[in-house]
Amino acid sequence: MSLPRGSQVLLAGLQRRATQILGELRGLGAEHAELRLEHGQSLTVSVRDGALEQLAEAQSLSLSLRLVCGGRVATVTSSDLRPAALSPLLTRALELARLAKEDPQAEPPAPRLLARRWPELDLFDATIRRLGADRAIRLALLAEAAAMQADPRVSSSGGASCSRTVSHALLATSGGFVGPFAGTRVGLRAQVVAEDAAGGRRSGHYWSGGRHLASLEPPEAVGREAASRALRSLGAAPIATGVYPVVFSAEAAAGVIGLVSHCLLGDAVARQRSYLARRLGTRVASPLVTIVDDPLRARGPASRGFDGEGLATRRRVLVRRGELQGFLLDTASARRLDLPPTGSAGGGGGQVHPSASNFYLQPGRRGPRALLAGVRRGLFVRATLGFGFDPGTGHFSRGVEGVLIEDGQLTRPVAEVTISRNLDELLRGIDAVANDFELRTAIASPSFRVDEMTVAGR
Amino acid sequence: MRGPATPRQCPTRRRRLIDSKIVDSPSPAGLPAIDANLVGRLLGAALAAGGEYAELFFEHRSSLHLALEDGRVRSVGAGVDAGVGIRVFAGGAVGFAYAESFEAGPMLAAARMAARVARARSKAGAPRWRAAAPQVPATAPARVAVSPAEVAALLRRVDRAARAASSLVVRVDASLAAVQREIVVAASDAPMLRDVQPLLRLSVAAVAERGGRREAGSTGGGGRFGLEYFAQRSAESFGVEAARIAVVNLDARAAPAGSLPVVLAPGDAGIWLHEAVGHGLEADFIRKRSSSYSGREGQRVASPRVTLVDDARVPGGRGSLGVDDEGVVPTRHLLIDRGVLRGLLHDRVSARSAGVAPAGAGRRQSFRDVPLPRMSNTWLAAGEDDPEDIVRSVRLGVYAARFSGGQVNIASGDFVFAVTEGYLIEDGRLTAPLRGVHLIGNGPAALAGVSMVGPDLEMSEGTWTCTKEGQNVPVGVGMPTVKIDRLTVGGTAIAEGPR
Repeated sequence: MSLPRGSQVLLAGLQRRATQILGELRGLGAEHAELRLEHGQSLTVSVRDGALEQLAEAQSLSLSLRLVCGGRVATVTSSDLRPAALSPLLTRALELARLAKEDPQAEPPAPRLLARRWPELDLFDATIRRLGADRAIRLALLAEAAAMQADPRVSSSGGASCSRTVSHALLATSGGFVGPFAGTRVGLRAQVVAEDAAGGRRSGHYWSGGRHLASLEPPEAVGREAASRALRSLGAAPIATGVYPVVFSAEAAAGVIGLVSHCLLGDAVARQRSYLARRLGTRVASPLVTIVDDPLRARGPASRGFDGEGLATRRRVLVRRGELQGFLLDTASARRLDLPPTGSAGGGGGQVHPSASNFYLQPGRRGPRALLAGVRRGLFVRATLGFGFDPGTGHFSRGVEGVLIEDGQLTRPVAEVTISRNLDELLRGIDAVANDFELRTAIASPSFRVDEMTVAGR
Repeated sequence: MRGPATPRQCPTRRRRLIDSKIVDSPSPAGLPAIDANLVGRLLGAALAAGGEYAELFFEHRSSLHLALEDGRVRSVGAGVDAGVGIRVFAGGAVGFAYAESFEAGPMLAAARMAARVARARSKAGAPRWRAAAPQVPATAPARVAVSPAEVAALLRRVDRAARAASSLVVRVDASLAAVQREIVVAASDAPMLRDVQPLLRLSVAAVAERGGRREAGSTGGGGRFGLEYFAQRSAESFGVEAARIAVVNLDARAAPAGSLPVVLAPGDAGIWLHEAVGHGLEADFIRKRSSSYSGREGQRVASPRVTLVDDARVPGGRGSLGVDDEGVVPTRHLLIDRGVLRGLLHDRVSARSAGVAPAGAGRRQSFRDVPLPRMSNTWLAAGEDDPEDIVRSVRLGVYAARFSGGQVNIASGDFVFAVTEGYLIEDGRLTAPLRGVHLIGNGPAALAGVSMVGPDLEMSEGTWTCTKEGQNVPVGVGMPTVKIDRLTVGGTAIAEGPR
């Protein structure tokens, strides 16, 4: 699908400006430069208690760039691209570069590694502008109303919002790479609080969205799901401290898989700040675990045809049936580890760093209910709270909200407890993976079960 | 969420602006001079379709960062972010737009966009606004200059000090970020105000290794300073501290799991208050009735030992402001007085809805964002219990000294925060260091369980950043030594004995 005329004009304008800036940097004495220009247009509406609460619209244009001068690197970001404002900043960046150490790894990637063509990933919905302010308000109002009417215990609205963004970006390097990007996103979100007779309060929220208008669920469904999330945890209480089998819902499981992605990032690995740094080719998880990074999924939330340095991207299996097969590397970390780069540079322009794209645990064959079967007394985790994780050691501990599992059934809601176990042991302890997989977010997972974790509670 | 300054008791009287000095032609490196006529035109355009209130938020932010890796500068960079956010209130709704430019054309376009929120309302005659040159509160600091070469030298000193502190240290990362934020707020109903908000942050991480085991220790400092900060607090001391924590953690063992008494060390532990109660007192959550503190004003919400204060005027405090992001000069907020809920943190929107005057707690990450009620520097007032007695009173529990972050569920009040340096308390004494662990609890229940408070109030050393609705703002926190009778400690070691 070709881009609409407006997008083509915009990208051509970004390319002209990029060429000017690269020319100026060359004139100032930079040997190499990579820059990214990003143009965004967004509309966000929010409603609460049946009335419009906020209408925000914006257009933005920003620059981030990395330059190499005398083998030394400096970075620049700016939202002020007028030549009169930008030129002094570029001059200053060249001065700053002198403070940096000479960095042989800062050389640009070899030209033969640069992407020349990339697949069409269907990330742009040309019809997205049909979602104007009026329609966005209507969708948000419908979602809120559905949430409030779902149950008498739903006591107050945290508001509903609807947004769309249109992004255009251009990555250009002094080595001759020019990579245009165009993408759209749309989202609808509702949030409510439910109260029970005992005065307990729980909030629930739900978000639906994606690259295309068609990915929006009906507003009524979004509202009802938000309400059901608040209702299902009413009356939650801690359970006794002990060792339990734990089933992670797909959403909570994605949080765990996200931690694995941090431990596979090239800079963490090269600096020995990941417990997986020295484990390539060894078993790091149960044989049920296969983890994939796939930047080429059509309509994917983090899809990219080329990476932040202009390298070609491809689908990679990082953990195959429990065995660690690779890391996520940009050029600099690949050189430090003496491995080939993997096209995993994120950011682009100034702040290049290894990053995951669409990163997920491969689904299994069993339905999610099957994970509960045979669990005599366990914990089903719906959501986690907190950030406690040390990538260097794998120590992992989180607050959780969930449900007690008794004799294979979900019985009563649980909150105010923590779960903990070292991530290394946790991944080896995965004894079932379900098939309820959906790539709604860049990091995604089906639900899975872990044989045991320490639960701290009453 | 993610300070050295001693909180000073400040008079609660609201500062008048009459004697503030007028600022003329700031230097070309920062915010350009704001033309009063143009301000009038912009406010006029913003209110052309109706609406009761409009506000222009001009911001210029320049930043410098340097990162040192194993003694050498790994990355260095500079950034500029500048623009104006325009907001219109119309019949309970808010219109918002921004321009990344101080030129008339783009700013007027943004004003018209923000005005769209009121388009359905009857077209009033466009009012004419007359703005005076911006005034600056007497408390605003001057611009600070930060020399990159000086920063590089300072980071090298940090690195050397960390390595000299212990032969077990195998790696040191140190970085410094210096931001200069300058704002001018022109509201349709208030004088135009200007503020300069410098922000310095040093971060140090050391890794120690012994017998194949590697552990990290990290620390940092800063606040609303330039490099003069390091005249009162030596850069080396941060390197030594990061090394000390890394080495302590080499001996750390699994923390207990279960409900135990917890003693919080002074300073950093203020993050607990920030999560356990602070967010619940931000009035947007109260207005939406999503906070567990909704409708509780005047009631007992904590142990009588708890007095909670939020004050944006702590000199050098990371969360300090001369003017908030809605053009209001902050006052001191007494939130909880001896256990009784006395006040909330309001922005203009929540203040209008509650029928009170805004008091300077409206903050935003940048001109691209709408303000929200936020904390600034938040602390628990000092008590009278001897810190040694506090530890002695615990038979089996946890002493929590340093933290890496926390989170709260506003509706239920459940909070977590992660301890990165902690010790087991056995029979009234600190014994073994504990591996990183989460503490979890419920805000109101934990506040009721505050049974001892020490006199040793300290502010954290200026490294916390709070995230709310995707917006990051720097905050300060502070605490004396505090004992909470019961919190759930999320370790892996199951304690022996009855549960």
